[in-house]
Amino acid sequence: MKFDTPATTNPIDQLKVIGHATSRIEGPLKTTGRATYAYEWHDRAASAAYGYIVGSAIAKGRIASMDLSRAKSAPGIIAIVTAENAGKLGKGNYNTAKLLGGPDIDHYHQAVAVVVAETFEQARAAAQLVKVDYTAAKGSFDLSAGRDGAAKPPGRGDNQADTTVGDFPGAFASAPVQLDATYTTPDQAHAMMEPHASMASWEGDKLTLWTSNQMIAWTTGDVAKTLGLPKENVRLISPFIGGGFGGKLFLRADAVLAALGARAANRPVKVAMQRPLMFNNTTHRPATIQRIRIGAGRDGKITAIGHESWSGNLPEGRPETAVNQTRLLYAGENRMTALRLAMLDLPEGNAMRAPGEAPGMMALEIAMDEMAERLGLDPIEFRARNDTQVDPEHPNRPFSQRQLVECMRIGAERFGWSKRNAEPGKQRDGRWLVGMGVAAAFRNNLLMKSGARVRLDGQGRVTVETDMTDIGTGSYTIIAQTAAEMMGVPLDKVVVRLGDSSFPVSAGSGGQFGANNSTSGVYAACVKLREAVAQKLGFNSAEIAFTDGQVSSGNRSVPLGQAASGGELSAEDSIEYGDLAKTHQQSTFGAHFVELGVDVATAEIRVRRMLAVCAAGRILNPKTARSQVIGAMTMGVGAALMEELAVDKRNGFFVNHDLAGYEVPVHADIPHQDTIFLDETDPMSSPMKAKGIAELGICGVAAALANAIYNATGIRVRDYPITLDKLLDHMPDA
Amino acid sequence: MKPFTYEKANSPAAAASAAAGRSNAKFIAGGTNLLDLMKLEIETPSHLIDVNGLGFDKIEPTSDGGLRIGALVRNTALAADARIRRDYGLLSRALLAGASGQLRNKATTAGNLLQRTRCPYFYDTNQPCNKRNPGSGCAAIGGVTRQHAVIGASDACIATHPSDMAIAMRALDATVQTARPDGSIRDIPIADLHRLPGDTPHLETTLTPGELITSVTLPKLVGGTHIYRKVRDRASYAFALVSVGAIIQRDGTGRVAVGGIAHKPWRVEAAEAEMPHGAKAVAARLLEGASPTKENAFKLSLVERTLGAVLTEAKG
Repeated sequence: MKFDTPATTNPIDQLKVIGHATSRIEGPLKTTGRATYAYEWHDRAASAAYGYIVGSAIAKGRIASMDLSRAKSAPGIIAIVTAENAGKLGKGNYNTAKLLGGPDIDHYHQAVAVVVAETFEQARAAAQLVKVDYTAAKGSFDLSAGRDGAAKPPGRGDNQADTTVGDFPGAFASAPVQLDATYTTPDQAHAMMEPHASMASWEGDKLTLWTSNQMIAWTTGDVAKTLGLPKENVRLISPFIGGGFGGKLFLRADAVLAALGARAANRPVKVAMQRPLMFNNTTHRPATIQRIRIGAGRDGKITAIGHESWSGNLPEGRPETAVNQTRLLYAGENRMTALRLAMLDLPEGNAMRAPGEAPGMMALEIAMDEMAERLGLDPIEFRARNDTQVDPEHPNRPFSQRQLVECMRIGAERFGWSKRNAEPGKQRDGRWLVGMGVAAAFRNNLLMKSGARVRLDGQGRVTVETDMTDIGTGSYTIIAQTAAEMMGVPLDKVVVRLGDSSFPVSAGSGGQFGANNSTSGVYAACVKLREAVAQKLGFNSAEIAFTDGQVSSGNRSVPLGQAASGGELSAEDSIEYGDLAKTHQQSTFGAHFVELGVDVATAEIRVRRMLAVCAAGRILNPKTARSQVIGAMTMGVGAALMEELAVDKRNGFFVNHDLAGYEVPVHADIPHQDTIFLDETDPMSSPMKAKGIAELGICGVAAALANAIYNATGIRVRDYPITLDKLLDHMPDA
Repeated sequence: MKPFTYEKANSPAAAASAAAGRSNAKFIAGGTNLLDLMKLEIETPSHLIDVNGLGFDKIEPTSDGGLRIGALVRNTALAADARIRRDYGLLSRALLAGASGQLRNKATTAGNLLQRTRCPYFYDTNQPCNKRNPGSGCAAIGGVTRQHAVIGASDACIATHPSDMAIAMRALDATVQTARPDGSIRDIPIADLHRLPGDTPHLETTLTPGELITSVTLPKLVGGTHIYRKVRDRASYAFALVSVGAIIQRDGTGRVAVGGIAHKPWRVEAAEAEMPHGAKAVAARLLEGASPTKENAFKLSLVERTLGAVLTEAKG
């Protein structure tokens, strides 16, 4: 189905199932331990051996020699695979560094071997006996040192390294009120609960991989490319995923090493990446240095806005596109953005929840707060004065929907923003300095082709099959709701099967594009199935209703299942998009409000209240959407207050590479979180009229905290995370 | 994990002599730290002596009005004990500030004292570490040091002791009682249990080979206001950046021990004489000779400010 004109009324608008706060249909499986995760397919391969990964001890250089003799004679050992004996390996389209290193080493903890043994403990013990001699080379590990040598990265489509509109330098220089500030965000880890894990089984030259992956089609292709197999010989199965956040968008070492280990062992092998390896072996959100310049008139109107961002990556890696939002979020006739990329020998930087906007909004929304203060304006009023209903770079291109100001105003009222003391450092509650902060939320809505197959059986049961994944987001549930709405059946008549490469290719989970696109693909397939049902039942009218398990037109009503009485009916289709995203800018908007306390003696920061107001098209399921948003808000608290991969700049690795060292918020850090979804439908986005929400929820949160810390203490910190040591010297006497 | 042999000890003397008779034996009780370290091959004992069957799980009054805490009393039980909560509130609060409920259910009193540093370089077996591999060097020095020691460190090691409980024990002047392979017992003042790193950071305590902690005795109650203030980046389940354990009397005198800054619980009795003069004076004496890195210099003012808050709270 081609979606190239704005959506009109369709069966989804009935909202009998869609739009209802429905609990996850797979929830009972998860809460009772019956959802099968990648490492747990015991019945499929009871004889599976265990692989344990050996990571490089250096960040850059070469393996001079490897001595496997002691490891090979260890108890239970079955095979050891290294680059030397693995055979020729390709590199996936979505990988920057090789997943099995050697002899060249590209980064710390890059896999250099997988040790396969009868038991996990034997594999782990033998892995310690693999002796590797390295010749280390000098590497570059410091973004700030590499900043001046950073190069202009190649552009991709509309995303060019440099953008300019009007005369930014002139307008900024002549602006009566100016801000020129530099902000930094650190490297961050996805730190999802389930580690990267895979189980591999070969039958001849056909490979089945049970894995934990967000993007089945990308990864199936990259498995084939890496192992030199035809794509049709690779089957990926990934129905349940214990968190991803972008860390599982790609083929990673666990899957490649499980496949190589299984081939060498001649039996199924499973590999779960050990936690201490995850932080340096896999991808992370790269650190940024961001310079923001804003010029405005005394009327509070922005006349010039410029945003430059520096990040680093391995050769062939891409920049963190932290300037994305600045091209679209606020008005201003004179604009510029620039991305620069330094070559670093740290592990691969790549997508993490809201790549681009998450770190970009961390900086921009502090800058807006600073600028509002210089102008003597309330930060909400300042943003409202610079609202734009059109793409500021292309004023003839409107936003499909844009309720940023509404989000801020409604949020202000709900949160009690008027009680905020605009003068910082004045609100005291016992030993706490109390402050409130606000930030805009912004994240683009992405359209991706997405397919599904829908089957109907004689009992009127509908089965949906798509390679879409559920990374804890609620995909199962919203897909079931879509099919139920379209086919006029209750939810319990719908079966959803996901995450299998033998199913039609979907958008997958990433970039908050999963929900809108995958349900639109299901919508398209259901439209086709409805046609097949109508034809089978001999309905000729265009006015056919699918309700309560019946198909009816005029006076005639037939049970839906009857269409499949002679055999199952099946329909498959994809949603594909025309030019609506070119003629209309599609983005999601919101406002984040935070109240927190800063201990007057220790400068410990503790969040008290949070509110997110979101305008993101139709909310398909308010319950799962809320879960997404409060999870993202939690991650935003982590980004603001504690998350940082600490770089050892001498030896080139992230030092705090486990969950004791890489702190993320725990229950005690997260207070009451409130969410409001504005009633919105976006006919430009899809037949579902929905947009993404899961990444909107993180964009701006950290800045709202930073602004609240400023309001509480009068201390402006521009370097994340905002830890107490950055406040302490500036705190008032306790 | 390297293969190891295992036995269950049935008397303290037998446990001690079993340990002394082997070059690389370890006692195991709760195992909350040791097992993790064995999996990573940071600890590689060839023999484990399980002491869980030795009793030592009671908290009993002593003849001079104190409490003897069995070495195997779990952290949860110790923190919840009514006498501890009433008379030694500092200890209860310190325990509850550490780890998680699950870990405290398993972790023992002696094991808590003997837990090892959380220095990330100690945990990464690719990196040199004088504690893990004597003579190999210290990767933390010159590296990422925000969490590390600011006082009492050496050119060989800048690790900290991670225990919250030990800070309270130090302020309370606890005494550690041990059993030795020759059947003798000895009392070690808590102040003398932990060592500074010096040139031998792998030697963390003054226990001799095979020596087994059997109990920890708290002297008779000291009164005062008991405050344990742990400062950390997140609200729970994190090691202290700085912690202050204090017992403050009505007249402003008192005791203070500090965690998160040294290789052992840090207490300077001479500094306590300054307590009536306020936190600044105490901190100046307490931290005399400190040599922080650029990344952890904040701990000096953090100690002073935290102590100031504690003294204010005590005035209540």
